[in-house]
Amino acid sequence: MDLSAINPVLLIASLMVAATPILLAAIGELVVEKAGVLNLGVEGMMIIGAIGGFAITVETGSPWLGFIASAACGAVFSLLFVLLTQVAQANQVASGLALTLFGLGLSALLGQSYVGIKPPQMGKLEIPFLSDLPVIGPILFGHDPILYIGIALTAGVWALLKYSRVGLVLRAVGENHDAAHALGYKVVRIRILAIMFGGACAGLGGAYISLIRVPQWTEGMTAGVGWIALALVVFSSWKPWRALLGAYLFGGITVVQLNLQAAGVAIPVEYLAMSPYVITIIVLVILSADKSSAPAALGRNFHASR
Amino acid sequence: MKLTTLLTSAAMALGLATTAMAADKTKVGFVYVGPVGDGGWTYEHDQGRKAVVEAFGDKVETVYVENVAEGPDSERVMTQMALEGADLIFTTSFGYMDPTINVAKKFPNVRFEHATGYKTAPNVSTYSARFYEGRAVQGTIAGHMTESNIVGYIGSFPIPEVVRGINSAYIHAKKVNPDVQFKIVWAFTWFDPAKEADAAKVLIEQGADVILQHTDSTAPQAAAQTAGNVITFGQASDMSEYGPKPRVSSIIDNWGPYYVARTQAVMDGTWESVMTWDGIGAGMVGIGDISDAVPAEVKAEAIALQASLADGSYHAFTGPISKQDGSAWLADGETADDGTLAGMNFFVEGIEGEIPQ
Repeated sequence: MDLSAINPVLLIASLMVAATPILLAAIGELVVEKAGVLNLGVEGMMIIGAIGGFAITVETGSPWLGFIASAACGAVFSLLFVLLTQVAQANQVASGLALTLFGLGLSALLGQSYVGIKPPQMGKLEIPFLSDLPVIGPILFGHDPILYIGIALTAGVWALLKYSRVGLVLRAVGENHDAAHALGYKVVRIRILAIMFGGACAGLGGAYISLIRVPQWTEGMTAGVGWIALALVVFSSWKPWRALLGAYLFGGITVVQLNLQAAGVAIPVEYLAMSPYVITIIVLVILSADKSSAPAALGRNFHASR
Repeated sequence: MKLTTLLTSAAMALGLATTAMAADKTKVGFVYVGPVGDGGWTYEHDQGRKAVVEAFGDKVETVYVENVAEGPDSERVMTQMALEGADLIFTTSFGYMDPTINVAKKFPNVRFEHATGYKTAPNVSTYSARFYEGRAVQGTIAGHMTESNIVGYIGSFPIPEVVRGINSAYIHAKKVNPDVQFKIVWAFTWFDPAKEADAAKVLIEQGADVILQHTDSTAPQAAAQTAGNVITFGQASDMSEYGPKPRVSSIIDNWGPYYVARTQAVMDGTWESVMTWDGIGAGMVGIGDISDAVPAEVKAEAIALQASLADGSYHAFTGPISKQDGSAWLADGETADDGTLAGMNFFVEGIEGEIPQ
């Protein structure tokens, strides 16, 4: 065992990177579910964002354009879910699963010619003086901009849901769509916007994997991150800061356990390998002991005539 | 009652008719653990499938299913293939072993070929390649090239196949560099690019400047490239898009000739259950071009080793070798028998860490 081989600064810096795709997808899905829609297509929207962002970055040479494109791809792709559930009134669970399957297949098709290409890199944030600080510099000020966007998005969604009128309306739609409708709010329109926001976030998360975390395009490269994000939303009791905590815990422990393995710590590897799941669930279940429950209208379709 | 009987017999007749029609074409099924575009393991199996199509043209029909989880779900996929009239089914991952045996029992007339396993039945063959010969070449290059004397190894699952590779690479790295140390990380997945990249980054952060991988995607190559002064080896496929550096060489699986031969055997009616285990000599394991990032004398040594493995004059596990606990395994000059190699569940002396059980 040689714990000194682990550099805590690099460790914390890389766990933040590992957590960001999950965080982005979870925040998006949180807003969707707060509006009363259960979209199980997160994985599909992520991988569409991953290939969309990757392709645009390679073609234009600009990672920024790539990330914008990935958000747009995710949002446009989620319109399929909108069409199925909000217009055609199809079952949300089935539609979400279909979205995931379709997304995985479509991305594999679109990505055929992008296998083995290296994308241009997005520069790290360089703040004079701050980025050069020992310890704090690499941890707090030495990342790519998207990571900060993830954190800012969490804060934004939290403030929006908690303090703004828009957040209040969104929550009303998610809790009781009939009442919201009776008050004159456009339930379907609000839900469509929420779903598109969720799609854009998932797309960003996917592109974060293909452009920064790995960085390359491989078929099926999200490998289940979307499902983790979905589970995280539930375990975090639909609260943005808890979703952030959960994402950092999960991403963090994933990286920590790999570090411990490499350092040869005498804990059986099986326990290390399952630790991200177990610890994240335990912590979030303990936190959710207060009486916060799911949005009451979650997963229920709305039609004005009923 | 009469109507149902009539319908049943009609359905049966129809079923028989379709089977008879399908018999004209030999139907070959492939079960893949990852996507065909993974750039590694599954990609090479699919190249093998394409070789079958090319060799037989209209006489053969191939089907494949990607991303099949190891375990019960694979049983469903195989059953489905058998029901759809497949004559020969290749199951291409270690974790399909028991499911293959189970499904084979239910379909005695369908032939199964399971990759990298050790259980056979009258209608189940196993086939694998001696990847450890390729690992010996990699270990030699790694031992010479490492400056930090730390070699990182990304393992997938703790199965004999992977353990063998680690041992072989370690023995040969140690031979040319007595100070070399292996850091091993188990990813517990065959295919998860993000996790594989994380594992590579962790190893690099902990000082490794050579990364060996036994997972299927090219993600560790990308991570090594981003990190800079690190070398890697292509796994299962050439991964030459990451050359000349970080990827300095590779192990290439070449399944095509075997798949073609086995399909031919089914067509001729000469198919028998066999255990095939071929190496560099038979061409099932290829060593990818060693790039110019490797010094000429190291390259020459690696090529000489490759040649001696190919003509059988040298065995990758030649004694004296002790097990990790210090007990003797192979005496001086003794070579390992295939039985021990096939079920290898121990590290050799010098490797730190335990194999997860």
